[in-house]
Amino acid sequence: MSTETAKATGLAADTPPPNARPDAPESPPSRALRSASLLAGNRGTGLGLGVSMVFLSVIVFIPLAAVVWRSGSEGPDTFWRAVHSPDAWATLKLTVGASVIVALINLVMGTLIAWVLVRDSFPGRSVVDVLIDLPFALPTIVAGLVLLSLYGPTSPLGVDIAYSRIAVVVALLFVTLPFVVRTVQPVLLELDRDMEQAAASLGAGPLVTFRRIILPNILPAMLSGTALAFSRAIAEFGATVLISGNLPFQTQVASVYIFGQIETDNPTGAAAVATVLLAVALLVVVILDLIQRWGARHG
Amino acid sequence: MAIEVQNVTKTFGTTPVLRDVSIDVASGSLTALLGPSGGGKSTLLRVIAGLEDPDSGSVTINGIDATGLAPQRRNVGFVFQHYAAFKHMTVHDNVAFGLKIRKRPKAEISRRVEELLKLVHIEQFADRYPAQLSGGQRQRMALARALAVEPEVLLLDEPFGALDAQVRKELRAWLRRLHDEVHVTTVFVTHDQEEAIEVADEIVVLADGIVEQTGSPQEIYDNPDNPFVMHFLGPVTEIDGRLLRPHDIELSATPRPNSTSATVTRIVRLGFEVRVEMSLEGSHTWAQITRSAADHLDLATGDTVHVRPAANARLLPAGAR
Amino acid sequence: MAKYALRLFAGIYLLFLLALPVGLVFWRTFGSGIGPVIGSLSSPEAVHALKVTILVALWAVAINTVFGVGMAILLVRRQFPGKRLLNAVIDLPLAVSPVVVGLALILVYGRYAPVGGWLEGHGIQIIFSMPGMIMATVFVSLPLVVRAVEPVLVEMGDEQEQAAHTLGASGSQTFRRITIPGIRAALAYGVVLCLARALGEYGAIAVVSGRLVGQTQTLTLFVDERFQNFQEQDAFAAATALALIAIITLLLIKLLHPKDRA
Repeated sequence: MSTETAKATGLAADTPPPNARPDAPESPPSRALRSASLLAGNRGTGLGLGVSMVFLSVIVFIPLAAVVWRSGSEGPDTFWRAVHSPDAWATLKLTVGASVIVALINLVMGTLIAWVLVRDSFPGRSVVDVLIDLPFALPTIVAGLVLLSLYGPTSPLGVDIAYSRIAVVVALLFVTLPFVVRTVQPVLLELDRDMEQAAASLGAGPLVTFRRIILPNILPAMLSGTALAFSRAIAEFGATVLISGNLPFQTQVASVYIFGQIETDNPTGAAAVATVLLAVALLVVVILDLIQRWGARHG
Repeated sequence: MAIEVQNVTKTFGTTPVLRDVSIDVASGSLTALLGPSGGGKSTLLRVIAGLEDPDSGSVTINGIDATGLAPQRRNVGFVFQHYAAFKHMTVHDNVAFGLKIRKRPKAEISRRVEELLKLVHIEQFADRYPAQLSGGQRQRMALARALAVEPEVLLLDEPFGALDAQVRKELRAWLRRLHDEVHVTTVFVTHDQEEAIEVADEIVVLADGIVEQTGSPQEIYDNPDNPFVMHFLGPVTEIDGRLLRPHDIELSATPRPNSTSATVTRIVRLGFEVRVEMSLEGSHTWAQITRSAADHLDLATGDTVHVRPAANARLLPAGAR
Repeated sequence: MAKYALRLFAGIYLLFLLALPVGLVFWRTFGSGIGPVIGSLSSPEAVHALKVTILVALWAVAINTVFGVGMAILLVRRQFPGKRLLNAVIDLPLAVSPVVVGLALILVYGRYAPVGGWLEGHGIQIIFSMPGMIMATVFVSLPLVVRAVEPVLVEMGDEQEQAAHTLGASGSQTFRRITIPGIRAALAYGVVLCLARALGEYGAIAVVSGRLVGQTQTLTLFVDERFQNFQEQDAFAAATALALIAIITLLLIKLLHPKDRA
């Protein structure tokens, strides 16, 4: 789970390229693992574990639990009302809807870009390759500013989509750009060309080869990248804040709604919507895990 | 006795790897733990070193009960199959490591490291990094590193396993010479019986977690206790339901007391030895004879030949195991 | 030819989504020359924002490095019940929206919250103050060092550490002299990732800091605030500075990427 989710939503939110994460190579001889228990030294492990658990509880566990707890603290009715209030519901619909669209676009474009980066060669390819990760490294507020200047009121191209739902989609496309690309790329790189050559020798044209040979092999990666892109999209805040205008019922995404609820002193309402987002994220993580296991079984 | 292992049992998960193993290693000797892969030899070595804890049993090193001691306190040198070189340190610093930990004075460390590097013939690589050395050189460095702290016992885990055949042969001979010079009680693990016979004073045959036999190379080869040891230590052939060494078979053109007649099915000349394959009373067997003996007999495929064990041949009934 | 069609598609997509927007910001920023940019960035608020950003980032990186290495060692070299739970919790920050991170921290450490209230009674303010900002940044960048170091610890194997033990080194000596030098490169890589993430954080910090100009305003918040106040020159200048840092980070990461090293 870790390598994949690491590339996920959060890692993204204002940050550098997760693909950069070194892939775990093969494990050392099993003997080394067996003796780990000996080197463990029970004292050291116990202490380290205790300290880690305290650290993680203080920073991650307890705060997140507080969100879930708070959302239900005034009873299930309040929770339901908070989530179902017209603007909250609208924002959730917009967020999930836009994220699904963005995920699907990424599914296609991300794979396409990965394909071009791996199978094609042209001057400047390595530059493009590095720049794909820019949305990871760029602070989200800067991303928002960047998109607003090109596609807002002062656009030199004369394109003004500011304060529209399209703007939300564009902002989400920007921040999710690297996800599918970076999950599909390594799989394409490792793909055994012999299979394609065998197919060709048996009479398959390029389209057929792609559909029957290549696609099945990159499908798990495509799907997990898409799931990651989706998770990232529903969580996005900074990139949408400027260009979408945050108009309730129209262009306000869930995270902006939550922000608003916090600012207007309605933590319970904020927590309710936040809990829904967390639940959706959890669902995606579970699906990701299942995809990976399915992919692993099909080698 | 430099090392006494008593009734050691070790199980990994549900697999018993050592089953009530006891061995004694004489001080100053060079002992081989020989056996097939997975037989428990490496585990036994690591138990002696303190890198594994036995489930039951004890380990005594030079009279001191080491069973509960951490590896740091046992004063054993350990050489790993894949060298475990400290990749980020130079050869010099690798060898000096144990001495630095013991806070020896710089001058002493310098002197000792130089001495050891000369001993293992890699003094010219002192400032290089392990990655720049060949496998054989790295293993010699690992040895020097282990010897630097003057351990009471030296343990080597398949030390030449990761090297090419040629380098392996050279290092085998070199290890023997080194031991003759340095006289540290040494135990090494190998699955190569040729290596064990060539290098060791004493061999412990370990298979499936049990000690099959211990003794000098000659003893074990000439007088194996059971068919398994016999098969493991050298070539085996069978006559009359009994196992013996193929070079312990006498062939003659005419019948002799105790001989059986056989038909030659194939003759293979291997250098100065000749392998004669025969069918004998419905089963197959083979003998190894010298070229001169073969020339003397002048055999051809299809000939009848008379077969009997040599007078001093060791015979074992063929049977289970 | 399919190849050119694909190239065209990809090229257009990347041009309009990535290259033009980023290029335009640089263009707009330096449109009137470099003087105004320097002016914007040397205003007291800008300088203060930069200081706050760096301070928070350095603290977060330090904390995550120490705990990151510790947890990586626990996960790779030790056995204990609940390993899967620990793994899952470490990955949790990745799935959480930054605003939710802020909310979560406020609910526990805010002035009217149980822990926060108690601390404030003893004179320690978490939310709307440095500690809260540091916590938020630690939260969002938590997995980075751990996951960077982990695979290298696995690949390194513990034979070198075993060898050190047989040579007499204690646990801490082995850690200092063998383990840390062994993971040096991956650690540097993880630290850079963590630092970049910390410098660029916006959402969680926006919630948790109270966005007090001149006090708890980071550079990202500065960009936002200036833009909302129609001081675009300042906003663009700071945004460009952050973009430059991002690009430098990308290059550093490419350089440090363990897989590409010899």
